Amino acid sequence: MSGERYRNSFLREVEHNVEEGHWVKMCMQCGVCSGSCPFGPHWAHPPQELFMMIRAGKREEVLGSDAMWMCTSCYNCVVRCPRKLPITHIMHGLANYAHRLGLAPKNQPTRQFAKMFWDNLSKTGRVNELKLSLGLYFKDGFKQGIRNALAMKDIGLGMLKAKRLNPLELVKPHACKGAKDIHAILAKAKEIEDRRKGLSA
Amino acid sequence: MAGSVATSQTILVVGGGIAGMTAALEAAECGKEVVLIEKSPTLGGRTTLLYRYFPKMCHPICGLEINLRRLKGNRRVRVLTLAEPVAVSGTRGDYTAQIRLAPRYVNDNCTACGECARAVTAEIPNPFDYNLGRIKAAYLPHAMAYPQRYVLDPSIIGSEDADRAKAACRYGAVDLDMKEETVELKVGAVVWATGWQPYDAARIQPYGYGRLRNVVTSVEFERLADPRGPTGGRILRPSDGREAKNVAFIQCAGSRDENHLRHCSRVCCMASLKQTQYVHEAWGEEARSTVYYIDIRAIDRFEDFYRRVQADPTVSFVKSKVARIEEDRASGDVILHGVDTEGYHRYAARHDLAVLAIGMEPALRAVEVPPDLPFDASGFIEAGAGGMFGAGCAAAPLDVNRAVQSATAAALRAIQVVNKTADVETI
Ligand SMILES: Cc1cc2nc3c(=O)[nH]c(=O)nc-3n(C[C@H](O)[C@H](O)[C@H](O)COP(=O)(O)OP(=O)(O)OC[C@H]3O[C@@H](n4cnc5c(N)ncnc54)[C@H](O)[C@@H]3O)c2cc1C
Ligand code: SF4
Ligand code: SF4
Ligand code: SF4
Ligand code: SF4
Repeated sequence: MSGERYRNSFLREVEHNVEEGHWVKMCMQCGVCSGSCPFGPHWAHPPQELFMMIRAGKREEVLGSDAMWMCTSCYNCVVRCPRKLPITHIMHGLANYAHRLGLAPKNQPTRQFAKMFWDNLSKTGRVNELKLSLGLYFKDGFKQGIRNALAMKDIGLGMLKAKRLNPLELVKPHACKGAKDIHAILAKAKEIEDRRKGLSA
Repeated sequence: MAGSVATSQTILVVGGGIAGMTAALEAAECGKEVVLIEKSPTLGGRTTLLYRYFPKMCHPICGLEINLRRLKGNRRVRVLTLAEPVAVSGTRGDYTAQIRLAPRYVNDNCTACGECARAVTAEIPNPFDYNLGRIKAAYLPHAMAYPQRYVLDPSIIGSEDADRAKAACRYGAVDLDMKEETVELKVGAVVWATGWQPYDAARIQPYGYGRLRNVVTSVEFERLADPRGPTGGRILRPSDGREAKNVAFIQCAGSRDENHLRHCSRVCCMASLKQTQYVHEAWGEEARSTVYYIDIRAIDRFEDFYRRVQADPTVSFVKSKVARIEEDRASGDVILHGVDTEGYHRYAARHDLAVLAIGMEPALRAVEVPPDLPFDASGFIEAGAGGMFGAGCAAAPLDVNRAVQSATAAALRAIQVVNKTADVETI
């Protein structure tokens, strides 16, 4: 087919591989989502612009953008979109896809935190809050970590007193009973998802 | 009035707006008997509440006058006002309609002298000004009302005001004993020309209609620009009566929106383009109109009008659906927030007044109709196999010109139905 090479393959890639990606073509570029997003001017591309960039085939710019990592899942855009696009889900779908391809921005803080949270959770089957918060405090180096920890010390001591924080968790974290099963479930889920998205590896 | 002359040869037209009047007249001028019923006290419909018509910027009164002249010259149309159908049953060629007639409390002795209105003290929000202004509870709907007869608002019946009105009338026209009645009509075909109503703007929460004082709808703006309207034609803001020179028009308010009306209302782009010219006309070079739009839908020949407005230095366009409106408490100004699609810039734009180009939804509600009247997903009447037809804005959101064309088409189909019925009966 002669028209084939003019077809936008990035849009089709998004439709196939990104969660809710098939909605992107329904966007009519009205701007309500961007105007309703509490992040306002603080990110590179509002959702409306991302959707247009997808249609324009700007693959590297979209997947390398930090925009979808900034989404707070407030759902303002979703409730107001006149075309009922599941914008929040598309944003997270794009973030996830970029991450899986290794194209996501490296030092984007929400991405770092998301990774930390996932690794923490998937190891034992439950979130170890002590390790997670310490990890977060020290992510920008030792000095900054001490500063962060000191700033939070009153809250930490309070939690200790109220028995909401157990320092032993640091040395002997307790796992859920079926941690092995959880690992197997997650591995299987990943395998299925990879197959569906054509991400064999 | 009950047990009337109507037979299956008769065509019933429901709704006395421009479409209903046209359908009734076209059929009557072809020799058919027509009953035209209108729920309000006067014919004319919503066009009589417009200041001017696009694209020629002529006055709606003019078209109405021509139709009224045609109507007065034709004996085949029987007009019932304050009349609406409660149920219609039957099939093509043989329908029975139950019509409820509300009391006017004024009979046809009325000369429209206006003495009753002077005598009455109570005032009501003026339904012929979208409730913006107030009128006496004995009133003539508007200067071109047909019939030219006053109405007493039901709220004063039983009060001293009603007695005052009766005492003031020298023609014995006030009749306080009138009661609601229901009549039955046998008709062969029905034309539904029940028109449209503005979408409930308060439901578009981020635009603050009803909460923010200087957010009005496009239908209200027509009244603000009209010399016969509540401000005598001066475009003043509701909050403080200050002159509104910097006006924002917000397109697709309630239309093209899965949360509200799915359809494009089709006339509101042209209506806003027209209304920018009201602002220009009112304030000359000081006027500032800004149209916020997704895309401008000025269909076929209206493109010329769009071009003219684009060339007007007092009018600018922003390609963006406004996300929300905020009020500056101190000044009452409205501040529009959104992102401009051409460049994705954020704006917070201040205006004196925001006009919502409100969507049109079908007005036909709560009438029991037989299943041979099909509706589309938005509630507009579709073409069906029966003997009932939609005309004007009951069938689709249309401008006046297209509403009239649609009414003529509906009249022709109705004539075909009653002609068939006549053939069968003579065999
Ligand atoms: C802001 C705005 C500006 C506009 N400006 C223009 C313009 O400049 N030029 C233009 O061409 N068009 C304009 N239009 C469109 C125009 O208003 C419509 O085309 C026109 O009103 C259609 O006439 P209609 O007879 O179909 O409906 P309507 O005018 O709505 O008339 C319907 C009639 O039926 C009656 N009715 C309703 N239900 C019942 C019932 N159950 N029983 C009995 N009677 C009933 C109503 O009381 C009414 O009298 C504008 C629209 C809007 C919203
Ligand atoms: S609100 Fe919906 S239709 Fe409008 S620009 Fe955003 S995603 Fe597109
Ligand atoms: S859900 Fe995400 S994209 Fe949508 S408005 Fe909230 S932060 Fe913005
Ligand atoms: S009801 Fe009587 S007083 Fe009122 S306008 Fe008619 S004629 Fe005049
Ligand atoms: S006519 Fe214009 S303003 Fe009205 S719904 Fe259609 S696009 Fe929106």
